[in-house]
Amino acid sequence: MYKLDVKKIHKSYGQNEVLKGVSLQASAGDVIALIGSSGSGKSTFLRCINFLEQPNSGSVFLNGEELTVVQDKKGRLRVSDEKRLQLFRTRLAMVFQHFNLWAHMTALDNVIEAPMHVLGVKRNEALERARHYLNKVGLSAAVEKQYPSQMSGGQQQRVAIARALAMEPEVMLFDEPTSALDPELVGDVLKVMQQLAEEGRTMIVVTHEMGFARNLASQVMFLHQGSVEEQGTPAEVFGHTKSARLQQFLSGNLK
Amino acid sequence: MFLHGYGGQILDGTWETIKLALLSLLVAFLLGLIGASAKLFGNFLFKGVAQAYTTLVRSVPDLVLMLLIFFSIQIGLNNITDALGLPMLEIDPFIAGVLTIGFIYGAYFAETFRGAFLAVPKGQLEAGKAFGMSDRQVFSRILFPQMMRFALPGIGNNWLVLLKATALVSIIGLSDLVQVTQTAGRATASMFLFISVAGLIYLALTTVSSIVLWWLEKKYSAGVREAHL
Amino acid sequence: MIESFENFMMVINEYWAPFLYWDGSQFSGLAVTLWILTLSVVLGFVLALPLSVMRVSKNKFISGPVWFFSWVFRGTPFYVQLLLIYSGVVGLEFIKDQPILHTFFMSGYNCVVLALLLNTLAYTIEIFAGYIKATPYAELDAARAYGMSRWKMYTRIILPSALRRALPAYSNEVILMLHATSLAFTATVPDILKVARDANAATYLTFASYGTAALLYMSISFVLVWAFRRMERRALAFLAYENN
Repeated sequence: MYKLDVKKIHKSYGQNEVLKGVSLQASAGDVIALIGSSGSGKSTFLRCINFLEQPNSGSVFLNGEELTVVQDKKGRLRVSDEKRLQLFRTRLAMVFQHFNLWAHMTALDNVIEAPMHVLGVKRNEALERARHYLNKVGLSAAVEKQYPSQMSGGQQQRVAIARALAMEPEVMLFDEPTSALDPELVGDVLKVMQQLAEEGRTMIVVTHEMGFARNLASQVMFLHQGSVEEQGTPAEVFGHTKSARLQQFLSGNLK
Repeated sequence: MFLHGYGGQILDGTWETIKLALLSLLVAFLLGLIGASAKLFGNFLFKGVAQAYTTLVRSVPDLVLMLLIFFSIQIGLNNITDALGLPMLEIDPFIAGVLTIGFIYGAYFAETFRGAFLAVPKGQLEAGKAFGMSDRQVFSRILFPQMMRFALPGIGNNWLVLLKATALVSIIGLSDLVQVTQTAGRATASMFLFISVAGLIYLALTTVSSIVLWWLEKKYSAGVREAHL
Repeated sequence: MIESFENFMMVINEYWAPFLYWDGSQFSGLAVTLWILTLSVVLGFVLALPLSVMRVSKNKFISGPVWFFSWVFRGTPFYVQLLLIYSGVVGLEFIKDQPILHTFFMSGYNCVVLALLLNTLAYTIEIFAGYIKATPYAELDAARAYGMSRWKMYTRIILPSALRRALPAYSNEVILMLHATSLAFTATVPDILKVARDANAATYLTFASYGTAALLYMSISFVLVWAFRRMERRALAFLAYENN
């Protein structure tokens, strides 16, 4: 049984179909890299997995359990039970391109917030967890009390990763985690992600960092205009590229 | 004394003005929150009512609204008590004043809060949802606290305008600082002196308010970039 | 309380002329309101230009007095300012001794326009000064690099830029000035509200009388907002690229 099984997601904005039946299967410990040019639909697909975007059709299974949906009036899928969706989301932690840390909370507060108020973890335990994960992502104790506006982009993203880890999720979703960072700071974040991958975490990563995809991914999916053009291990996708479009993409890709 | 013995009355008048302003602020604040929420999260009916409220109230001068509403409250109450066969309920002019000013400035506060709600970066709300928070939790733990920080400059501004607007209540017959100083001025034939005193007191009130607001903004804007309102 | 449509019609029928322009013996209503508004706003705008430049001066002796003026006139209610000018000044000894000044301050019109002028001047100065100070440094650098004199810099770069950016805030100020004119009747100037009060006193139809005034003010507001929005669209087009 797959840890995460996403079947045939279709998504349209009005007449424009941005996802044309994209599927993904992740076993425990898989690191799946989603690559493609802007507009290929990779971020949209990722966001459909935790229903931040509403797909028009398709289904999502986590550990064999389906997140049941119904069609709403506009032809989009709506979760039939709001509470189940919330539960679902707690097991799929997300790291965003623009960090999305809560600006009025310190780093520590950001990390304990969801465990305490969504999972019901007691404050002491949440604090312990938070400090453990903040340490794990390489942040010193001094950063705990800082507000996001006082941190560099790299620090903020690492706090965001700690925040996601503190939920002890089944699968981690990364939406272009390094795209908004200055080049010097990208390395710090990639190092953390490498550590997580080597630990055996299940990760779905939308990225432009070909190095990461090549070295750490167990599977690479190349999306083009809403469909999966090519898919396979890094060796297959990068070494024996079949699709002409992918070849073009790789040669033109600066990162 | 150079105030011809009116010092005590002037202080009373000042206190009346301050009370009026603070209580109206409370009413306006609450109405503003309700109005902004209706405009942003409400269904078609609530949105429409809120939109009409903010547009109409802000396009008519305070004084005209005060004259319209203030007297209408008592007349309306009379109609209700007549219809129910009850004896006439007299509403305290001070309360009517608070309700009137509160109602008027509620519209301004609604716009301030609406802008502040919209200024909260959507990404942070998304992050809340992505971590499994319910809509109520996103609102109370993330949206509302941040909204207040964005709203602070607007709230401060509205407060100053409201404070100055209380000077109009003497025209609708309420007893306040302006009314007291006018009476004193007429009685002693030193209008200029007494009106100046009223002016100075208002200046003191607005200046103190501005200083407090400046301090509050410094304290609570940690983490918020300057919003260009 | 909410009087019937009939009452409104009655008031409008009886009083449409005074509400709009003539009450039988003098100009009144809308005409008067628009006149005092335009006069004070235009004069205020013109005077605010040099004064806001002074306001941003590094020289405390120049910016100080302007700051003081703004502080006093923005920190006190307009009604108090009007009372001071209309009822207060006229009682001062040295005014009574000067026939020219005395006749000036005896006229309700003069006092109202003066009060409106001073009030809008203070707020306008602060608005313009704020936007002058916020002129992007890049523009000033370029001006200096091209050898512009201070006068040229101000008239060709700083002020045009600042005034355009100030449009939304200034349009708000003009609407607030419209609101302020509603106090003119306390100085016996026959504006819209004065006609409404006369109508109310004669007919006791409170809601209809003041309601008609409210409708008139609303109409003027909407026209002003529309006009300013048009101006903004043309004047601020250059910001569309900047804000990306």
